[in-house]
Amino acid sequence: MEAQKYVWEGAIPLQIHLNESEVTTLPPPPPALILAPRIGYLPLLIPLIKPHFAATLPPGVDTVWFDYKGLPLKWYIPTGVLFDLLCAEPERPWNLTVHFRGYPNNLLIPCEGEDSVKWSFINSLKEADYIISGNCKNVMHMSQFDQLELWHSVMNGNLEAYLRTSSKLKFGIVEDEYTLKIDLCSQKSRKTTGEVGMGGQMKTGKIPVRLYIWSVSEDFEDFEDMPKIDSWDKISYINQPIEIHREEGKCFTLHDALKSLMPEFLVDKSLIDEESFRLEGEDEQVILSEDLSSNRMAAEGREISCQSVESTCTSGAAEIKLVRIQGIEPKLEIPFSWVVNNLKNPEHFLHICVCLKFPQVNSLDR
Amino acid sequence: MDVSCWDGTLSLNEFSRAARTFAEKWKIGNSAFPPWLWVNVPKRPFVASQQVDGFLSLENICLIRPSKVCGAEVSHLEEEETGFSEKEVAIDDATLVLSNHHEMHYYDFHIVYSASYRVPVLYFRGYYSDGCPLQLNEIEKDLPACSAKVLLESKWTFITQEEHPYLNRPWYKLHPCGTSEWMKLLFLGEAALAEKRVAIELYLVSWFSVVGQVIGLRIPIEMMNDRTN
Repeated sequence: MEAQKYVWEGAIPLQIHLNESEVTTLPPPPPALILAPRIGYLPLLIPLIKPHFAATLPPGVDTVWFDYKGLPLKWYIPTGVLFDLLCAEPERPWNLTVHFRGYPNNLLIPCEGEDSVKWSFINSLKEADYIISGNCKNVMHMSQFDQLELWHSVMNGNLEAYLRTSSKLKFGIVEDEYTLKIDLCSQKSRKTTGEVGMGGQMKTGKIPVRLYIWSVSEDFEDFEDMPKIDSWDKISYINQPIEIHREEGKCFTLHDALKSLMPEFLVDKSLIDEESFRLEGEDEQVILSEDLSSNRMAAEGREISCQSVESTCTSGAAEIKLVRIQGIEPKLEIPFSWVVNNLKNPEHFLHICVCLKFPQVNSLDR
Repeated sequence: MDVSCWDGTLSLNEFSRAARTFAEKWKIGNSAFPPWLWVNVPKRPFVASQQVDGFLSLENICLIRPSKVCGAEVSHLEEEETGFSEKEVAIDDATLVLSNHHEMHYYDFHIVYSASYRVPVLYFRGYYSDGCPLQLNEIEKDLPACSAKVLLESKWTFITQEEHPYLNRPWYKLHPCGTSEWMKLLFLGEAALAEKRVAIELYLVSWFSVVGQVIGLRIPIEMMNDRTN
């Protein structure tokens, strides 16, 4: 698995600046230069960063967080994914600002160092377990020792140790559709009626995927010219498993996989027009203003204007401008099974960053 | 669908239907409370339109500190009203001691579908009247005394702090990994009384009968008994 080795060795060069308001010495300390593993997490770098700035910090308790151009960074997203998502044009080194005070508790969940990151990792692993095998037993039955060893192998970027320990999880790999396996041939794609696969476990045939989507409304020559992402509200995060549909003689590609999560916008325009008329109306839906923090709720009983959402899209399909996984832009015709087996993160999630271009639409009214 | 081969989970479309049933029954059976409202997930035009993506929301609920008896008294404060209306749940005066040190605690509850676990998940957050968030230890004091114990000891209902899947803010949630198991047990139990079929529209009603107890929002018996709708 050459590709997996490259993924594990992948790293982002960071140039970390101390937040101006926390600099108490003159001259200000130079930025720290750190090589951050792609599959790692920013808080794990703190032991490397802190000594660099310790002498200049004001007195007090550390609550460390990072920002990129003012955007506080979600620490539980792997470093490589953050970079792929926020730097359309890869910036090398990547300039980040570190803060030791003033944690934005209203925006970010708290992080108490390595323990928080480990907990988040194991939690994601359990979620992946549930998606793949229908329950969390594989992870729950792992001994504390093995769980720790798994976590340490990730922290240290030790692929060998990781492969050794994670094989105890019995997740398996996605089978290449051209490999004949009896149990695979007999499995239908819908697994919810309790079919039992290999080893007595219920195999759901689902792949854990986390999709990060941002959209633009015009073409850009360079990624550099793209509007910056200055708020997490500009990114749509879809945490939804992808089911692989195997058809005789046909390969389930990366494009097929993306389409299954965003079906209407990666098809021909003519098909979209058809589907908008087959829309099932929901009877009574409440439509709320987009300010969800408001306590004023609209009256009930208005029919959802799903039609109007539809109409914005019938004027043209969205175009995929960019798909980035582990820093590479794979061709969409590549078999999805290869992408999953080689490019997934250690917690068994495949993180995909997608930029969609929607054609300019004028109004929602029809 | 036969209960014996059901895995305790539901699809997104089934969740939407169950949400509607739950909200309707709540309105009828719990008229002293504000209704649960359906919120469409904003700004996601590329999700399949046949799948109505959204969640149930109940906000600005005031949880008064629990009395010595297990189970919290709950009331909803309307900002415009000067006092409690007659329809409100009777409140034990002994618990309504609001000295200067006791601020009112408000809660928002969202029932969100998890595509990974295929079950509903309860997200909640607490805050003071000025909007400042409550910490977990303060929230635990607002929960019914016996549920606090249950929380700490149960592997099935424990609270974690995670980001709300749509709102980009930290919320608390009841972890979903045991839900399908105990939902299956719940329906198996009910199936013994009625038909063997899974009435999936009633999923949320049953689910909330368990989850609601953890946070101190009780479902009246009327909501559970009416299975003919």
